[in-house]
Amino acid sequence: MTQPLLEVEDLHVEFRTRDGVAKVLNGVSYHVSAGETLAVLGESGSGKSVTAQTIMGILDMPPAFITKGTIKFRGEDLLTKPADERRDVRGEGIAMIFQDALSALNPVFTVGFQIEEQLRVRRGMSKADARKRAVELLDQVKIPNARGRISDYPHQFSGGMRQRAMIAMSLALDPELLIADEPTTALDVTVQAQIMDLLAEIQKERDMGMILITHDLGVVADVADRISVMYAGRIVEHADVYELFRAPGHPYTESLLESLPRLDLKGQELKTIKGLPPSLTNIPPGCPFNPRCPRAFDKCVTEVPAVHNLGMGRTSRCHIAEEVVARG
Amino acid sequence: MGRYVLRRLLQLIPVFLGTTFLIYALVWAIPQDPFAGKCGQRPCDPSYIAEMSAKLNLNDPLLIQYFKYLGSLLTGDFGTTFNGVSVGEQIATSWPITLKMGIIALIIEAIIGITAGVLTGLRKQGFLDNLVLVSTLFLISLPVFVTGFVLRLYLGPQGFDIMDTSVGTDPSFGELILPGFVLGSLSMAYVARLSRSSIVENRRADYVRTAIAKGQPQTRVVGVHLLRNSLIPVITFLGTDLGSLMGGAIVTEGVFNINGIGGLIFRGIQEKEGVMVTGIVTLLVLVYLLMSLIVDLLYAVLDPRIRYE
Repeated sequence: MTQPLLEVEDLHVEFRTRDGVAKVLNGVSYHVSAGETLAVLGESGSGKSVTAQTIMGILDMPPAFITKGTIKFRGEDLLTKPADERRDVRGEGIAMIFQDALSALNPVFTVGFQIEEQLRVRRGMSKADARKRAVELLDQVKIPNARGRISDYPHQFSGGMRQRAMIAMSLALDPELLIADEPTTALDVTVQAQIMDLLAEIQKERDMGMILITHDLGVVADVADRISVMYAGRIVEHADVYELFRAPGHPYTESLLESLPRLDLKGQELKTIKGLPPSLTNIPPGCPFNPRCPRAFDKCVTEVPAVHNLGMGRTSRCHIAEEVVARG
Repeated sequence: MGRYVLRRLLQLIPVFLGTTFLIYALVWAIPQDPFAGKCGQRPCDPSYIAEMSAKLNLNDPLLIQYFKYLGSLLTGDFGTTFNGVSVGEQIATSWPITLKMGIIALIIEAIIGITAGVLTGLRKQGFLDNLVLVSTLFLISLPVFVTGFVLRLYLGPQGFDIMDTSVGTDPSFGELILPGFVLGSLSMAYVARLSRSSIVENRRADYVRTAIAKGQPQTRVVGVHLLRNSLIPVITFLGTDLGSLMGGAIVTEGVFNINGIGGLIFRGIQEKEGVMVTGIVTLLVLVYLLMSLIVDLLYAVLDPRIRYE
C-alpha cells in the first residue's frame, strides 16, 4: 500500500474559554489517499469542521489549543512546520471550500479578482495569463458564459454559481487534497446534487484526495469511498461506505441510519436519536454516547471504549462493536 | 447611476435654499438697528443710511431681500462690508489658507487615526490598545482650544522650544502642520476608534478565513481583504468631516492667529458685518453639501453591493 496523502493521528484540540475548557477533539485519527474520498460525518459540534480547520491551520489560536497529535501531509508533520512553510501548503497542497460561499467570498472584490489573486500572488502569473486561467477554471466548474461573468461580484451570482466559483478558486493551484466543509448545506436540493456531481467529477479527473465533511448521509452514499463517523470529538466508527450502510458497527451510526426517512416506512413515525449531544465542557464519563445509546450497559458509563478492529480497515469505538455489526 | 447623481443634485437645491435662508434671516431679521455703532460715537449720517439701506435692500420685505441677495451671489458678487471692502476678495485670500489647514488636518487624522485603529483592532487588549483607547478618550474630552493652547505653548519658544508655533499671514504647509493637527485631533480620535471597531468586527469574517485558507500572505490578508472592507465606514466619515473641519476652524484659527475663513467669520460676527457672515456661511454650506454628495457616490465605488437605482 502506498503512503496516504494525509494522515491525522490522535489529534487533540481544546478551546479555553472563560466558561471552562471545551475538549473539542479527543483523539481524532483518519487518513486519505490520492484519488479517494473520505466522508466525515457527524452532528453539529462533533468536531468535524474543527478537524478540517486544524489541518488547514486556520483555527483561531487562542482560544483553540492543539494539545496532542500529528497531521502528516505527504509524510511531513504540518504541525511542527514553520508558519511560512505551512502557508505554502495551503491552497497548493490542501485547499478548502466552505459552507456558505456568499460570506466566504470577499464581497467587495470580483470573482475573477479572487481567483486571479491566487495565480498572481502564489504563482507570479501576469495579469493577462491569470485572467485566461481563471476563465478556464470557471469553465471547468461549468459556469455558463465564464468570460462574461468573471467580472461579476459574488452577490451577483446565484447560490449554486457562487459555490462553483468557490470550487474554481480552490482548484487554482491544483491542490492534491480538497477539503469540502459542508459544501451543499446552504443550497437547494437540486443544486446540491449538481455540486456533489461536480465535486465527484473533478476529484476523479484530477485524482485528488477529498475530505467531504457533512451531516447528510444521503450526500455521503453517492460520492464517498470511506466514512468516518464523529461523535463528541472522536471517530466512533470508520468503514467502507458500502459496509457501513449494510451493517453499521456503532450504535450511533445505527441510530443515524434509522433516523433517515424511508419510502418503505411511509406513514410511520420517523425515528430520532433521543437527547442532545454532550456539552464539550462536560463530556460524560465512559462512552460519550452512553446517555443516548439504546444498547448502553454498566460498562459504557465507566469505561471509554477502545478501538475495536472489525477487519478490512473497519473500526468502531464500542464495547460491543462485534455484536452490533453482526446484527446488521 | 447618472439618474441618481441628477436626483441628488436636485435635492441639493431645496437644502441649499433652506439653510441659506435661515442664516440670512438670522443675520438680517434681528430686531436691532444694523447701523448701531457703525459710525463711531455719533449716529450715522442719514444720507449714508439711505445709501447703504438701498444697497443692502433693507427696505424690502425679508424674503425679497433674500432673493435679491441670492441673485447677486449667483453672479459671483458677495457684496461689500459697511466699510466698502469687497467680501469676495476677503474670502478669496483667506479661503485657501483654511482649505490648506483642513486638508492637512484630514491627512493627519486619516494616517494616524487609521494606523492606530488597525494596529489596535488586530491586537486587542494589548498595551498599544489601552494606550490608544486612553489617549483618544483624552482627546475627545478636551476642548480644541485647550489642546491648541497647550500644544502652542509647550512646543513653542516659551515652552520646550521644539518648533516655531507662530503662523505668518500667508502660511506654508509646514507652518500649518501644528494647527492642522489641533484641528483634526478630535476627529482623529473618532477615526481611530471607528477603524478599530470596524477591524475587530471584520477580522473574524468568513472571507478573511478564506483568504488565510488560500495561503495568501498575512500582509495581503490584512492589507487587501480585511482593510478594504473595514475602511468603508471610515472613509465616509472622513469625507463628511472635511466640511466640519472648515466650520471648526474658527477656534483653531483664533488660537494660532491664522487669517483664514474662521478668523474672518469671527470678526464678521463681532463687528456685525452681516454680508460677511452670510457670504462665508453660504460657502461652508456648499462645501458641506458637495462633500456629502461625493461621499454618497464614493460609497458605491467602495462597496459594489450598493446600487443606485
